[in-house]
Amino acid sequence: MIGESMYQELILEHYKHPQGRGLREPYDAEVHHVNPTCGDEITLRVKVGDAGRIEDVSYDGQGCSISQAAASVLHELTAGSTVEETLSVVDEFTRLMQGRGQVEADEDVLGDAVAFAGVAKFPARVKCALLSWMAYKDAVVRSASR
Amino acid sequence: MTYPTSLDVERIRKDFPVLSRELPGGRPLVYLDSGNSSQKPTPVVETVREHLAMHYSNVGRAMHALGAESTEAYESARDKVAAFIGAPSRDEVIFTKNASEALNLVAHAFGPHLWGSSGEGADPRFALGPGDEIVISEMEHHSNIVPWQLLVQRTGATLKWFGVTEEGRLDLSNLDELVTERTKIVSIAHQSNVLGTVNPVADVLRRAREVGALVMLDASQSVPHHPVDMAGLGVDFVAFTGHKMLGPSGIGVLWGRGELLDAMPPFLGGGEMIEAVWMDHSTYAPIPHKFEAGTPPIVEAIGLGAAVDYLQGIGMDAIEAHERELTAYALEALREVPTLRLIGPDTLDRRGATLSFTLEGIHPHDVGQILDDSFGIAVRVGHHCARPLHLRFGIPATTRASFYLYNTTGEIDALVRGLHHVQKVFA
Repeated sequence: MIGESMYQELILEHYKHPQGRGLREPYDAEVHHVNPTCGDEITLRVKVGDAGRIEDVSYDGQGCSISQAAASVLHELTAGSTVEETLSVVDEFTRLMQGRGQVEADEDVLGDAVAFAGVAKFPARVKCALLSWMAYKDAVVRSASR
Repeated sequence: MTYPTSLDVERIRKDFPVLSRELPGGRPLVYLDSGNSSQKPTPVVETVREHLAMHYSNVGRAMHALGAESTEAYESARDKVAAFIGAPSRDEVIFTKNASEALNLVAHAFGPHLWGSSGEGADPRFALGPGDEIVISEMEHHSNIVPWQLLVQRTGATLKWFGVTEEGRLDLSNLDELVTERTKIVSIAHQSNVLGTVNPVADVLRRAREVGALVMLDASQSVPHHPVDMAGLGVDFVAFTGHKMLGPSGIGVLWGRGELLDAMPPFLGGGEMIEAVWMDHSTYAPIPHKFEAGTPPIVEAIGLGAAVDYLQGIGMDAIEAHERELTAYALEALREVPTLRLIGPDTLDRRGATLSFTLEGIHPHDVGQILDDSFGIAVRVGHHCARPLHLRFGIPATTRASFYLYNTTGEIDALVRGLHHVQKVFA
């Protein structure tokens, strides 16, 4: 039973009860990202409010539990934070995912996203976890350049 | 229901060392991914090792004892493969690196080109341009789609395809409209790598002959599992690969009717495929060497020869019967799994031992991961290089179990237990 450490209860909860799922108006930027190796996809919208605070991250997509739960956690973590704050979370999450299981996660920065630490040991699944987070980064960049 | 089988599976399993290994965490290996690639029996491993250790040299060119031994072993592998598939002539067996290369080789023969400096050798059967058509099917592996897409892009010809019925059969209802006087070649899977469906070659062949079209089969999923006879099939080209039939990877086979292979232009240019070379032109070796440029996959071919010996020692009829028994058992067992949707025929009628399915609300990548991590069960998940077929069924991916001579009903029980567990994790 080495692998079920990847399927943390928190991940399964987010997969079964995704937070903030569905595409909403208004938004500043919309992106569509796919993972060609497994066909997972996500459409993601970002609405940035006053003082650079994230008002809403809305999304829709299909894919495995890891990719869908990661989008749900992303939605929760970004709500109410500034763009700058969220991008540092994205960077920390990316560092954790690309660390091949050797990287110690900073729970203070990552919050619930720390539950994905086990995914880093499965190279084939890292892209699943990162799909929505990369889409978010892309959307934020686009919203800023509007 | 039981089906007679003469296979002593426990004895066969002892020939495959990997089947008795443990995966990390003490998991026994349950290998249900032979449709992807098969495991290798000791005689194949030993033949390859022995050749590399004691007989290795280049083939065809070396004028010394090792060169002779290597050439003899390589060419005798060709004889074995030819006999195994009932090829009318051993020279019709072309060694390629895989089935994809075999399919590309045939696709490459078509076009407006007039090969030879004055156009000698050009054959109207391979002349292809705007207005000409190629017919494939929606159930093809990408390797029997993309080479033809590239060909029509090069030539301005048109690509058409058979649809697939809800049951997972080739839809032949529009056979006569699809295959017409404009059709130059029909290329379809002998057996689907996703659905398990065995296609009605004779029906397609009859229509193709009426209109003068050539017929090619991608037999990658049939030759390893059934007795297959080239003369009996009556088609023009057949592609298959060694690694799915207990042989090494890096060796594939194109069988073609000699008279057609003679008429086709070379595929790759290089050493050994020539007769004579001048600075401004060359003449080519007769088949099979015309299509085997450069140093071939020598030990891989010899290993495939050993795999063919092994399969024949067991008997293809017995292997087919055993797989049929496993398939019957699995069809029955999978029916007990709630929400499981089988993609492909749900009876034994014209199908092989490949079963693809979905579980409601659970992505195949999660299914495959938990089966592997918790139980050591190796299945394949994804679109299995047949994305258009998955689009046809409106699904991004499936979980696929595929069986071979070394699998047991106990392993199917393990799969079913594993699937129940997966459903518990995601309940």
